Amino acid sequence: MVSTNFAENRFGLGARADEPTASGDPRGWASEQLSRFEPHVAGIPDSRSVAIELADYFQQRAMTKRTAQAAAPAATMMTPASMPAKAPKTPEMMAARVAGREAYATLVGARINSALTTPTPFAERLTHFWANHFAVSAAKATTVGFAGLLEYEAIRPHLMGRFEDMLVAVEQHPAMLFYLDQATSVGPNSALAQRGRNKKGLNENLAREILELHTLGVRTGYAQADVTEFARALTGWTVAGISRGPASRFVTGEPGQFAFVDGLHEPGDRTIVGRRYRSGGEEQARAVLADLAVHPATARHIATKLARHFAADDPPPVMVARLEAAFLKSRGDLPTVYRALLASPEAWDPANVKFRNPWDWTVASLRAVGLKRIDGDATAALLTQLGQPVWRPDSPAGFDDIAAAWAGPDALVRRVEAAQRLALRAGQGLDARTVAPRILGASLTPATATAIARSESPATGLALMLVSPEFLRR
Amino acid sequence: MLDRRNFLAATSAGVATLLANPRLAFARASTDKRFLFIIQRGAADGLAILAPTGDAAYAGLRGDLARDAATGTKLDTMFTLHPALAESAKLFAAKQALFVHAVASPYRDRSHFDGQNVLESGAGGAYRLKDGWMNRLLGQLPGDKGIALSPAVPLALRGAIPVESYAPSALPDAGDDLMLRVGDLYAKDAQLGPLWHQALAAREKAGDLASGKGGAALGALAARQMSGPDGARIGMIETNGWDTHSGQNGRLAAQLKQLDATIAGFRTGLGADWSNTLVLVATEFGRTAKANGTGGTDHGTGAMAMLMGGAVAGGRVIADWPGLAPGALYDGRDLKPTTDLDALVASALAQHFGLDPARASGLLFPETRPAPLAQRLMIG
Repeated sequence: MVSTNFAENRFGLGARADEPTASGDPRGWASEQLSRFEPHVAGIPDSRSVAIELADYFQQRAMTKRTAQAAAPAATMMTPASMPAKAPKTPEMMAARVAGREAYATLVGARINSALTTPTPFAERLTHFWANHFAVSAAKATTVGFAGLLEYEAIRPHLMGRFEDMLVAVEQHPAMLFYLDQATSVGPNSALAQRGRNKKGLNENLAREILELHTLGVRTGYAQADVTEFARALTGWTVAGISRGPASRFVTGEPGQFAFVDGLHEPGDRTIVGRRYRSGGEEQARAVLADLAVHPATARHIATKLARHFAADDPPPVMVARLEAAFLKSRGDLPTVYRALLASPEAWDPANVKFRNPWDWTVASLRAVGLKRIDGDATAALLTQLGQPVWRPDSPAGFDDIAAAWAGPDALVRRVEAAQRLALRAGQGLDARTVAPRILGASLTPATATAIARSESPATGLALMLVSPEFLRR
Repeated sequence: MLDRRNFLAATSAGVATLLANPRLAFARASTDKRFLFIIQRGAADGLAILAPTGDAAYAGLRGDLARDAATGTKLDTMFTLHPALAESAKLFAAKQALFVHAVASPYRDRSHFDGQNVLESGAGGAYRLKDGWMNRLLGQLPGDKGIALSPAVPLALRGAIPVESYAPSALPDAGDDLMLRVGDLYAKDAQLGPLWHQALAAREKAGDLASGKGGAALGALAARQMSGPDGARIGMIETNGWDTHSGQNGRLAAQLKQLDATIAGFRTGLGADWSNTLVLVATEFGRTAKANGTGGTDHGTGAMAMLMGGAVAGGRVIADWPGLAPGALYDGRDLKPTTDLDALVASALAQHFGLDPARASGLLFPETRPAPLAQRLMIG
């Protein structure tokens, strides 16, 4: 039987130097967290405040554009080429942008500090898992403030609930609606399009990624027609309080909240992934999500990703089958799936190792040296240097969850540099010779213990521990 | 007048901002004298840095490790300075460098951790004092500032008196020593070993290793912090990479080139203040008299220390030379220490800052209270 220390690394966020290893049953250590998880986090912005700032930004942008256009004829009379290609940014626009970045930094700070001090590290790991499953990127002006909020407003509240509820909350969150362009998708035969009030058309982005990434998984039998029909069903799903243009007065609701605009919705019954859905406004896409949430392909997709995350890059088929069965039988009751995960011997096999991604490694390192607080900006900068910018993956597929994505020559050097900095700055008074057995437990190899003991200074010893092969893995 | 030049917030990416900046004390300085301690972490090989080429047993014990001494600077009939220390040799010629051989702190075992703890705390044994002798010295210089040229304040400078610390915001690459150790750790790992090999190849191409540039910049940085009427009077620089168990000839030459550049950069940067300055270079312990089987040396006992600066009565090597004959070695393997490093430090500082020698000794090294040395170490 492995120790609780093993569970802290495999299922949690890494051991803390300043806390003793919990006694008792390692599986119990993880499973009892499922009922203790606290979804609410205090002191962070919400979608309403981010939306108000963003609406200001768009308003300012529209105004500057109009002013520039009004001023243009005089300027163009002589030399048309001198016309500014883009309207200059006003101080108000700059301020709105800064507000979005500040929200981002605040949320990164909240995320890392939860990870450092949480009483439920297994649940935090699950939060990070789902945030990457439902990846959004803070790289867009419309998403920079919202991206982190998806985790707080859509994932955490449903972490210990049903997959369907999490799925709906995610797809209706402004971060996702903006990131995958759903907020501006218009049904070609919708009332507003017919009246010529909205020139934009159908956008398939969200529909495709829900099928490919969020639920069924790629190449699971759905066709392009399913994507298009689902995209039509989703028309009208948008965000209140930010929309601009002629249709904006039809969008009602609290700023930053999900809104359904019937005038943008493509009317009609439709067939999606073999099922017939009657015409029915917001409920049509909602019903599609409900079916997708309990689809066998979804169960397999989620089971595979969970097994890959917690056990091995090539997930053991037996374990995937076990999680899949738990998902199907419980109709997507997430705690049931988590318990099946904890009950899987494959996940407790020390021979199955995962290479920690930069986020996991950073969290584990900060915990190992006993840090309890770190600033959001510093965290964001560090994770960017290490190659995994927080809430900023390159694609809606999220960050890869296999070693090949993270174990590279340059990535290793960056970790060594970061480890050295961390050991020098934060490791004062820590002796790696006594810390390493506490942090790494049975996985501490004699080679690493010897290397630490022989290191030329306490800081070097601590840095070596943080970049040792066993610390890089979990 | 308050001068905020030394207000330096290290804002490097990473964890800088969570570490509160030490409180800064602004007050009129009580002395014009400067003191910089350059610690050599990892046990620098005094027998290679200041080679006792006049000792009949030296060449036989050292074998190929004696190679570089052939091109070094002969200081007297016994000692040759390593050729990489060209600037230091000039200081010696100008009587601004004094080398002391066969020195040791009270520590007699061979753990880096414990040895550095003793060297920095100034205690009689490891983990007995929580503050460092440099901080206690600062307590005798009311109004004078201390600064650590590193991301955090090292033990030697820690204590009741607030001390600043400063490191450039773009922190240097991981030290070569750490890179070597990581390489050893990954050598047998099927995944990490090859990756590390590639990483090192790329790094070498970029010319990061052994350029000497980093050392000069560090010295110049220290000088900026310590020069002029408002400069800090007490400073400390940490150097790593002295633990040369293998490939010693090349590694040590690179280390010494950096150290030499640091001292030269510090001297140039200080300008006129150099004449009031004492630089101490010291390590936690020495290395074995005999070369080991991997082109290096292992942890030993007796080491060497350097006093440099315009205020030093230099141009001499001080050594009660114990000899390297088999019977003369400590534990049959190490250079036997004959001079107490703590006594050297206390005596030099007392002379430099005009403190009562016995009082300084008891204050800086309260557990061992070493008897002051008879020699005149400083001009002042």
